[in-house]
Amino acid sequence: MHAAGLGSLAGSTALLFGSRATGQENHLSTKTWDHVSSAMGPVGRVSTDVFNPSSFLRAFNFSDLSPEERSKVYRETPRSDGTMLREYEIYTIDREIEIAPGLFFPAWTYNGQVPGPTIRATEGDRIRINFVNQGAHPHTIHFHGWHPPEMDGSSAAHQVMPGGKFLYEFDAEPFGLHLYHCHASPLKRHVHKGLYGVFIVDPRDDETTAVRPPADELVMVMNAFDTNFDAENEVYAVNTVASFHIHEPVRVTVGQLVRIYLVNMTEFDVLNSIHLHGMFFNVFRTGTSLEANEVTDTLMLCQGERAILETTFRYPGEFMFHAHQSEFAELGWIGLFRAETPSRET
Amino acid sequence: MRPSQTQATVSVWVIAVLPFVLLAGLVGFIVWSGPAEAVRGDDYPPVEKLTFQRVRLGDEGIIITVLNDGPDPVTIAQVQVDDAYWAFSADPGTELGHLNRTILTIPYPWVQGDTHVVRIVTSNGVTFDYEVAVAVQTPQPDGRYFAVFTLIGLYVGVLPVAIGLMWFPLVARLGRAGLDFVLALTLGLMVFLLIEAVQEGLETAGVTPSSFQGVTLFVCVAVAAFLGLETFRRWLGGRRQRIRERVHGEGWVLAVLIAVGIGLHNFGEGLAIGAAFALGEVALGTVLIVGFTLHNTTEGLAIVSPLVKEHVRVRDLVQLGLIGGAPTIAGAWLGGFVYSSIWSVVFLAVGAGAIAQVIVQIARQMAGNEPVSQQMATAPVLTGLMAGFGVMYVTGLMVG
Repeated sequence: MHAAGLGSLAGSTALLFGSRATGQENHLSTKTWDHVSSAMGPVGRVSTDVFNPSSFLRAFNFSDLSPEERSKVYRETPRSDGTMLREYEIYTIDREIEIAPGLFFPAWTYNGQVPGPTIRATEGDRIRINFVNQGAHPHTIHFHGWHPPEMDGSSAAHQVMPGGKFLYEFDAEPFGLHLYHCHASPLKRHVHKGLYGVFIVDPRDDETTAVRPPADELVMVMNAFDTNFDAENEVYAVNTVASFHIHEPVRVTVGQLVRIYLVNMTEFDVLNSIHLHGMFFNVFRTGTSLEANEVTDTLMLCQGERAILETTFRYPGEFMFHAHQSEFAELGWIGLFRAETPSRET
Repeated sequence: MRPSQTQATVSVWVIAVLPFVLLAGLVGFIVWSGPAEAVRGDDYPPVEKLTFQRVRLGDEGIIITVLNDGPDPVTIAQVQVDDAYWAFSADPGTELGHLNRTILTIPYPWVQGDTHVVRIVTSNGVTFDYEVAVAVQTPQPDGRYFAVFTLIGLYVGVLPVAIGLMWFPLVARLGRAGLDFVLALTLGLMVFLLIEAVQEGLETAGVTPSSFQGVTLFVCVAVAAFLGLETFRRWLGGRRQRIRERVHGEGWVLAVLIAVGIGLHNFGEGLAIGAAFALGEVALGTVLIVGFTLHNTTEGLAIVSPLVKEHVRVRDLVQLGLIGGAPTIAGAWLGGFVYSSIWSVVFLAVGAGAIAQVIVQIARQMAGNEPVSQQMATAPVLTGLMAGFGVMYVTGLMVG
């Protein structure tokens, strides 16, 4: 008796009864099909007490905190040349985060959240970061952008030991959409454990350059989590929580310019992508130019690659957005925009 | 009763019970003090283990019975089917203690004939996968499937054995050398079946949840079956002598034993066939059912071989055929409708033990009072043994 031989019997009996399987048959009743479409996605809701993806979308320089809380981690000081000194308190801390309902990932975080807080400055500003490592492993902050080598946070000598401190200081340039992440070894683990964030440098408003037009601005970090540590991701998301914006759509206004700061921090998969339903968008690769590179509805980004997307919703209603890798979408990288017509009074 | 006797009875009871009381105290102390916790510390990750016990495909979608086979509690957070998070309901719930089980119902539109992979993600992100190799509707115990399984049982169990029995008139005309050859042939067949049963049993034991100690279970049940059948043989022999039965001789006892052994083996085989059918585990092909039929025809020959010197009626042959073949049908029913790997291990072990007993019995009968090795070293016996292996091997090739 060998297991491999057994299934033959199924076929034989089908012949006996004159009802050979034709394949591709639908075995679900109509009643079942009705709820199949709504059966996709994780079951339940995550707690937003610790991390709220909706707040993260529009939080720049800790703007989601109360003024009192904010002053503890962020200070702005105007300088004589018209630029700003921006000081940040950034610390690493180990924390379990809920990446899908009931599913907890033992993350390494900047300031207790994944992605870390979005840092935003204008070109030429001075960035000063007081970094404290409260985690159990050596960590660093490695910024993308112009800076001297001793501020790079990448070599063995740059590693900040648990309980240690380091002062990162450099000028914010060039303007564009950048990122920061831990560069301690092993790099792959330190990144996929959650140590990354967005670093936005706005163009300077002077006679020589123009600025970006006002818009409803959203930060979207495409990330993923390998929960069983097999070097493949079990959960994909934009801003950490699988399928979060399916249940809590991103609210936008019809006719108003929407700007998405899109950063790919997915580990293990070479590429990730975004696709917007029912519309097209302008792409500003790495955000380093004010001229759009292309107009499309699907954009693919490599690990660490990023782009600014600009679009204006024409129609009210719900528009899906997701990775066009269907697998990533069905593992959590999917959401909805809800476009609403502006009220007459305003 | 004298006082001293009463005292003796009491003290015997105390002696018998005291170790149990002390043991209970010791267990209580170990649980209370938790020496393992001291090693593990607070942050030690839990040991999570889940086993898929049964997977059913039906109109409601995919229905899975999951068992927590590990020492620590497990909470099921999410379920993926083919790399997509999917809705599910859990009865009685998603939190499973040691050896608790739950039934997950996933309304997934599975596709006939395709492969589907179900992945359970626990609250700690540990994953457990189950592959449905070929998706087919799981049979419900209705009349149609009952008929199908009965037919399968007839094809691979009852009919081949019955056809094999028809060699009886030929066997009955054999001389001493011919008889040795046929008995040796049977011995070869049975040794082959024994190896097959042990292999299959240990393989199944390998996929049973480790808490159920599949391999140990297999060995213990096989030994018990061996000893049980040995006892049965003595009883049968004793009964025959007591009632001075003239109709049946010693060969009859052996034939019954072989039939019982083969019947138990075929029950295990039927169980596996029914289960594979139900789980849709394998590729399709009529050639394989033919293979089983040929393979099992040799079993009929094995049953009649000891009856050479017996006066045998047709009724007796039918009886032997049913003992040897009919359990396949029962096995197919059971395997198709309520498959569990643990019961598979048990039945395969019973079959293995029974066959081992039959082998010993045939060898004894052939040897008579001489040492077995001496009796075996003759041309007819060796040819018979080799022929037995050969026949099983060649028909086994067709089964894959």
